[in-house]
Amino acid sequence: MGWLKFMTNNQTQPSLTLYNELARMRVVNTVDANFIQSLQALLSPERVLTSVEDIIPYGFDGTAVLKQRPGAVVFPLTSEEVADCVRLACKRSVPVVTRGSGTGLSGGSVPLAGCLVICLVKMDKLIEVDEKNLTLRAQSGVITKEIDDAAAKVGLFYPPDPGSMKISTIGGNVAENSGGLRGLKYGVTRDYVMGLEVVLPDGTLTFLGNKCVKDVAGYSMKDLFIGSEGTLGIITEVILKVLPRPKARKTMLALYDSMDAAAKTISAIIAAKIIPCTLEFLDRVTVQCVEDYSKIGLPTDVEALVLMETDGHPVVVEEEAAQMMALAKANGARDVRAAADEAEGAKLAAARRNAFSALARVRPTTILEDVTVPRSELSTMVAFIDSVAKRHKLQIGTFGHLGDGNLHPTFLTNERDHEEMHRIEIALEEIVEETIRLGGTVTGEHGVGLAKKAFLKRQLGEGSYELMRSIKQALDPQGLLNPGKIFDLRN
Amino acid sequence: MPQATLLQSLDYSVLQQCMHCGMCLPTCPTYVETKMEKNSPRGRIALLRAVADGDLEVSKALSDEMYYCLGCLACQTACPAGVNYAELFETARAEVEQANVNDGMQRGFWRWITLNVIFMHPWLLRLIGRVLRVYQSTGLDKLMRKAHFFGLMPRYLAKLEPQTPQIAAQFSDDIILPQESPAAGQGSRVGLLTGCIQDLAFSNINRDTVDVLLANGCEVITPRSQSCCGSLHAHNGELELARELARRQIDSFDLDSLDAIISNAGGCGSHLKTYGHLLHDDPLYAAKAKVWDSKVKDIHEWLVQIRFRKPTAGAGVSEVTYHESCHLCHGQKVVSQPRQVLASIPGLVLKELPESNWCCGSAGIYNITQPEQSQKLLDRKVANLKLTKVPIVATSNPGCHLQIANGLRSCGDHPCQEVTQPVTLLARAYRSERS
Repeated sequence: MGWLKFMTNNQTQPSLTLYNELARMRVVNTVDANFIQSLQALLSPERVLTSVEDIIPYGFDGTAVLKQRPGAVVFPLTSEEVADCVRLACKRSVPVVTRGSGTGLSGGSVPLAGCLVICLVKMDKLIEVDEKNLTLRAQSGVITKEIDDAAAKVGLFYPPDPGSMKISTIGGNVAENSGGLRGLKYGVTRDYVMGLEVVLPDGTLTFLGNKCVKDVAGYSMKDLFIGSEGTLGIITEVILKVLPRPKARKTMLALYDSMDAAAKTISAIIAAKIIPCTLEFLDRVTVQCVEDYSKIGLPTDVEALVLMETDGHPVVVEEEAAQMMALAKANGARDVRAAADEAEGAKLAAARRNAFSALARVRPTTILEDVTVPRSELSTMVAFIDSVAKRHKLQIGTFGHLGDGNLHPTFLTNERDHEEMHRIEIALEEIVEETIRLGGTVTGEHGVGLAKKAFLKRQLGEGSYELMRSIKQALDPQGLLNPGKIFDLRN
Repeated sequence: MPQATLLQSLDYSVLQQCMHCGMCLPTCPTYVETKMEKNSPRGRIALLRAVADGDLEVSKALSDEMYYCLGCLACQTACPAGVNYAELFETARAEVEQANVNDGMQRGFWRWITLNVIFMHPWLLRLIGRVLRVYQSTGLDKLMRKAHFFGLMPRYLAKLEPQTPQIAAQFSDDIILPQESPAAGQGSRVGLLTGCIQDLAFSNINRDTVDVLLANGCEVITPRSQSCCGSLHAHNGELELARELARRQIDSFDLDSLDAIISNAGGCGSHLKTYGHLLHDDPLYAAKAKVWDSKVKDIHEWLVQIRFRKPTAGAGVSEVTYHESCHLCHGQKVVSQPRQVLASIPGLVLKELPESNWCCGSAGIYNITQPEQSQKLLDRKVANLKLTKVPIVATSNPGCHLQIANGLRSCGDHPCQEVTQPVTLLARAYRSERS
């Protein structure tokens, strides 16, 4: 089973065995001198990286342990250049892995040995902010936070805020359908994509969608590419929906001695017909790590810390905040406090964003999960994770989005301890089983990539799984775009 | 079996600590410049890990990359996982020097002259300072510049010549007594580090530091003709020389009799606080070095710690902005204290500088080894200073001081006309109390 096994054995990626097989059979090729020359002729030589020192740093993304050395890395500046590169790769049967800032957490942009990596970070032009239509158009390589900053300049708002928003690219967000801290109220990246420019696997450059709020002309093709993890096409440009910026925002902290009380508060808030923009929780281990890094005075002796945020009209915000704080107290919070001002609120949110990386302080290897259950099953799931940790004597720090049921149990371990890695494998299996039993999903916002591949079929069932594979087969018959991610190709 | 490299014998967990999340990318001046992973902290760490794993040979390309890195440590501030980049950086530079991948007689010669000769011998450094002083004070330098004499030198040297620091009229030992006691109410007893470049170019700042300490009841002990602290050596791959200088530095102070050892240069202070690690293998010095680390304090850190007295008079300046030395804010995490010092001065408004903790490009000798990238960072700094419209910028490191002063000089009509240091302004305020 799964990616953990090859990690422990230090073998090549199992997902790639098929790919390696194909390479051996000469169905696909790796980057060679001839191919490099053609790339250099297409782009300028300094935008084609091939030396070992240049390409080792492109062997991984934000996912633990996975790494592989590509054959070349290229930096196109325009959509047309991307299309040219793909056409060339298609002609020579060289697999292509697309990459933005490489912050993904499921191995989606980890290359295949000897493949071509198309890195879009230099396609970083913000093309237009359209205040009349409330849309924003940008090249794929623009940093997520810069999208929201540009919107903010004219009083607008781009809500999706993945933890890595200061680093991640918008193209990567769309390809992974990233979530964030505001999912409960504002939804995820998909809810803000109105149009996409895409390079198809044969090198065709096409535009899907437009600025119209209503559009039912045929299949919603853009939706097929959102969350496709680079397996169906390369997103080169996006048109995003933006909203009026909320006038007020209030951030609060609630501290609990039991996880159960925290979960009860969340249920009570939802039952009171309040939809806060953020309901984040950190368990004890996570709070300690975050405080160790950020030193903003978080109490480290709590079982659960809940970060709550409401935004909107100032009057409503005041009222909702007061109500939420009262509900937290009524449901057993030890202490509830409001951030003094927006700066302090932003500091608290920033600390939460660092949770995953801060957990790396404890042990050398940090393996992050992304299981998501219906909100009503949250406390069952958190208790289950806790029991798994105890049963297998593992250290798990859990944090996540309480409002939308998206949890991030994080194993703190050492990849060199093979015995412990084996126990993690079993624990992970149990967590996944329970997630599926509760009607959940193995990945709420990080994508399948390589990390969640082994569990996909179990969750989806045969019919839906095969439907996905047949779509891949139809669009990319040669299997050249990010092969081996999400599922193995049909042989 | 070839001999294990320095990186291979390094504790592997230091390399493993990086979980390549990418939080460092937007804070790294070189990555932001090129957008290439190789030029980023996590990219460099990946290369170093590949060397440790035996997957990559130490090469010229690796060396170039490690010298392209500023060593500003902004990544260390950004890193939630707590990677000790400073240690990786120093080990990597030592590794590439040991592997001898940088051929070139000229580079070798200049490194030897600078690291092994000049900065190992305080008397020689000061002799050079004296010669330079005469040369500058007689106006010979201007004459030579007029006569285009420097056109005869290699182009890169000729370009650097105008950046030669103005040598102070007197060095620290001429204007600071070995022992100075406060006029009233003696509290702590502290040692003062006079530095090398600081001593040659900014002995007045050392004097200001003593005055500020005296005004706060500290007795100040200043050993004569002090050595370089070794940060130059440690950051340039000469760890053995750095160790020797650390031992010498420790020996020049009577540690037990002092409450603190005061540094007023961000770059030196950051290195001075890591002698414990540098000498942890040294049976004679390991324990002493640990005590040393606990006593070294940046002047602003110390002033705030002893609840320094707020001056009752102003410093004759109404607005100031503050540029943070990388090794003061990222290396030593001394961020709020210099601001508190500035804010304590009556009538002085501190206006924040955009990107105040973004490297100015001085970075030790980076402005000499990587003039092009250094200039880009300096331009960025000068542009940010322009935005503040403030006439004076304060900083607390001789490298930053010289770099920014050079940047402002070559930029004609800039609102910012003066570079100073927080202690200088504080000393000025104390002095004007008496007048």
